[in-house]
Amino acid sequence: MFGVAKKLRAAGVLGLNERNADFIMRLNPRRLYPRVDDKIITKELALQAGMAVPEMYGVIRNQGEVRRFGEIVANRESFVVKPAQGSGGDGILVVIGRSTHKRELFRLSNGMLISTGEILHHISNIVGGQYSLSGNRDKALIEYCVQFDPTFAEVSYQGVPDIRVIVYRGYPAMAMVRLPTRASDGKANLHQGAVGAGVDLRTGKTLAGVLNDLVVEEHPDTGARVAGLQIPQWDFILQSSARGYDVTGLGYLGVDMVIDRDLGPLILEMNARPGLNIQIANCAGLTDRVARIEEIYDSAATPEERAAVARREFPAREPLKRRAPDA
Amino acid sequence: MKQRYVFALALLLTAVGMSVFVYKWQVLGFPLTEDRETPVWTIESAISFDSGPGSIKVNLLIPTLTPGFRKLNENPISRGYGFSLNYGSGGREAQWAVRRADGPQTIYYRISVYEDAQADQLDTTPPFPPPPVINEPFKTAVDVLVNDVRDQSADAESFTSELLRRMNDPSLGPNLELLLSNVSSNSEFVEVATMMLAAARIPARKVHGFSLSGRQRHAQLITWLEIHDGDRWRYFDPATGEESMPERFLVWWRGNESLVRVEGGSNVEVEFAVQRNHVDAIAIARSHAGQDSTPLIDFSLYSLPIRTQAVYGVLLMIPIGALIMVFMRNFIGIDAFGTFMPVLIALAFRETKLFWGVVLFTLLVALGLSIRFLLERLRLLLVPRLSAVLIVVVLLMLVISLMSHKLGIETGLSVALFPMVIIAMTIERMSVVWEERGPADALRGAFGSLVIAIAAYIAMGVTSLEYLIFTFPELLLVILAIVVMAGRYTGYRLLELRRFKALTGD
Repeated sequence: MFGVAKKLRAAGVLGLNERNADFIMRLNPRRLYPRVDDKIITKELALQAGMAVPEMYGVIRNQGEVRRFGEIVANRESFVVKPAQGSGGDGILVVIGRSTHKRELFRLSNGMLISTGEILHHISNIVGGQYSLSGNRDKALIEYCVQFDPTFAEVSYQGVPDIRVIVYRGYPAMAMVRLPTRASDGKANLHQGAVGAGVDLRTGKTLAGVLNDLVVEEHPDTGARVAGLQIPQWDFILQSSARGYDVTGLGYLGVDMVIDRDLGPLILEMNARPGLNIQIANCAGLTDRVARIEEIYDSAATPEERAAVARREFPAREPLKRRAPDA
Repeated sequence: MKQRYVFALALLLTAVGMSVFVYKWQVLGFPLTEDRETPVWTIESAISFDSGPGSIKVNLLIPTLTPGFRKLNENPISRGYGFSLNYGSGGREAQWAVRRADGPQTIYYRISVYEDAQADQLDTTPPFPPPPVINEPFKTAVDVLVNDVRDQSADAESFTSELLRRMNDPSLGPNLELLLSNVSSNSEFVEVATMMLAAARIPARKVHGFSLSGRQRHAQLITWLEIHDGDRWRYFDPATGEESMPERFLVWWRGNESLVRVEGGSNVEVEFAVQRNHVDAIAIARSHAGQDSTPLIDFSLYSLPIRTQAVYGVLLMIPIGALIMVFMRNFIGIDAFGTFMPVLIALAFRETKLFWGVVLFTLLVALGLSIRFLLERLRLLLVPRLSAVLIVVVLLMLVISLMSHKLGIETGLSVALFPMVIIAMTIERMSVVWEERGPADALRGAFGSLVIAIAAYIAMGVTSLEYLIFTFPELLLVILAIVVMAGRYTGYRLLELRRFKALTGD
């Protein structure tokens, strides 16, 4: 037991207790949390900094405004409804189109049809605070539905994969792609059963994936190989993530981006408490990279310079030796 | 930097806690484990009443002769009252008096006794009682009965047994029917018996007292019958006629007088609480005599009213539960719903006992969850839905209690002890997780909560630990220190070792 702990320590793996005590409490002052916990504020800050975000169609702030929903989406065929203060991808509704027969029926990303009434109820729940971190009242956000980029078409099941970059004091430290599966119901969240694939920071190519803490080579639904895919505009993605630090001031930050077919990489949200599975996806521990960043830390560096440092310093490790080949 | 403060604080807390602990243990002689050899019992009576406009006088009959027990000490606790001890016909009497008092009043009298089989104190041999003055038609009934019983008995002892047997016979004769027609309580029943024994010239009296056991917050008075056979006093069970005594019977007072008299007050109520003492009260008494009262003893929990002590006995175990919680979550890494829900559930388990606690908890959550899923279809807003779940939980508790009562499973009644608001929140949270993350996550959380609750229950139920914390509450500072230190533990959680196993490289 202690042997395992020792090996993990040697591999530089970050544990939850250490993340909470040494990273989040030290580097993320609580007063800055609203900047990332409220997606509306995040969006405004990102826009001010000239970063690309999905267009916001409207905000529903209270129960009385719920009926404005029809008006907000009147001219839209596809959109996303999400809680402004949601966590872990809970409460997000992705509408990809309307029924051909009735405009009041919407088609969700998983192919199901849903009525306006059901969406209104969902928005009521969001506003009531069902999905908010604190359980307090919340706002519902209706925004542009990201259009699928063909890069990941082979390795996603009904949904848009996103790219998570961990940024330590402004320097990108680790990245992964999160691929939706049937189990995750089209959501790109590892807790819900999405596949996470590590990314080589130097090249922007994917490594092997991880599913429920286990390393996988292939996407469980499509069977396509997860590793070796080239993420487009990788430089831009790294620079945008690095800039996320300047926007939020959070020293330990997770930046989530998506790639739109037409608009390129967009910032979806940022996270003050990014999870630790990214280490499994990359077969690497965070502590080592963090220590390296502390060594070369330069408070005057621009986001572009910091992104370049990350590309230089953190190439992927050699692929892990598997214990047994997949049957 | 922070790390150093944390260490310093933890060290300070431990130092203070441990030094008080060691002082009490070594210097004051508080024992580390419960003394089971010579149990000491403390009985406390609380007299409460509403004060009238004028002066108030309260008389309470208190133990005089207590066969099987020796008195260790006694003290009246009241604020602003003058106190005196008198001897009346029924034995010793405590008297409190005050010129005026406002509002509801409570006066305590507390006595500590210890068991001593030799303590069969000398009791006076009573004179033969005068024949009681009885009016007709009762007189004839008594005479007939006494003659009947006398024919069928040999001495005072067998007379009493036979009399009581007849009085308890379901088919009472017309004479007994008449005599017992106005009897509504056990005490009155024994009074009739003494009256008839007096008619037979056998000295007899009522005895009132308690059967001492464990910790009773509302001790029940027991009335017994005592007769003198010319040689010594003998005890009879009024309900069977057998010569016996209740187990560990402490005689509080004898005779027909009422326990308490309050002049100038109304709504008088007397409550008794019994406690088996943890601490060797003899040692305390001795040290009291030696050095004039250390504040550490005066401020120990044993100086609180017994009923409050019983509450603290439970409350002081909550930090232990919290410690288990910290251990399970930050060192092992078990998920649970709500931060302290498992500890509250563990508290409820103390009353229901483990098996039934787990069964009832599972039943309650499972039923609540299925009804919550039905509610989901109604599309209620959040707060009304939460309230609806709460009401459903209360109703479910009611149903479970009623059903188990009908089935004769009395443990089912204790379902009412579960913290219903917490359970309602758990059900709500679980149903959301169920929908968003799937049943596996929801069940894992519920199972984790249950595991922590069981662990906390087991830890909180260790009697020697309970005694230790109750006698040395300063140990809570040490627990606080441990929790503070745990707050800076940045190592891996046990379950993370498995989670990150792929990263060890083999």
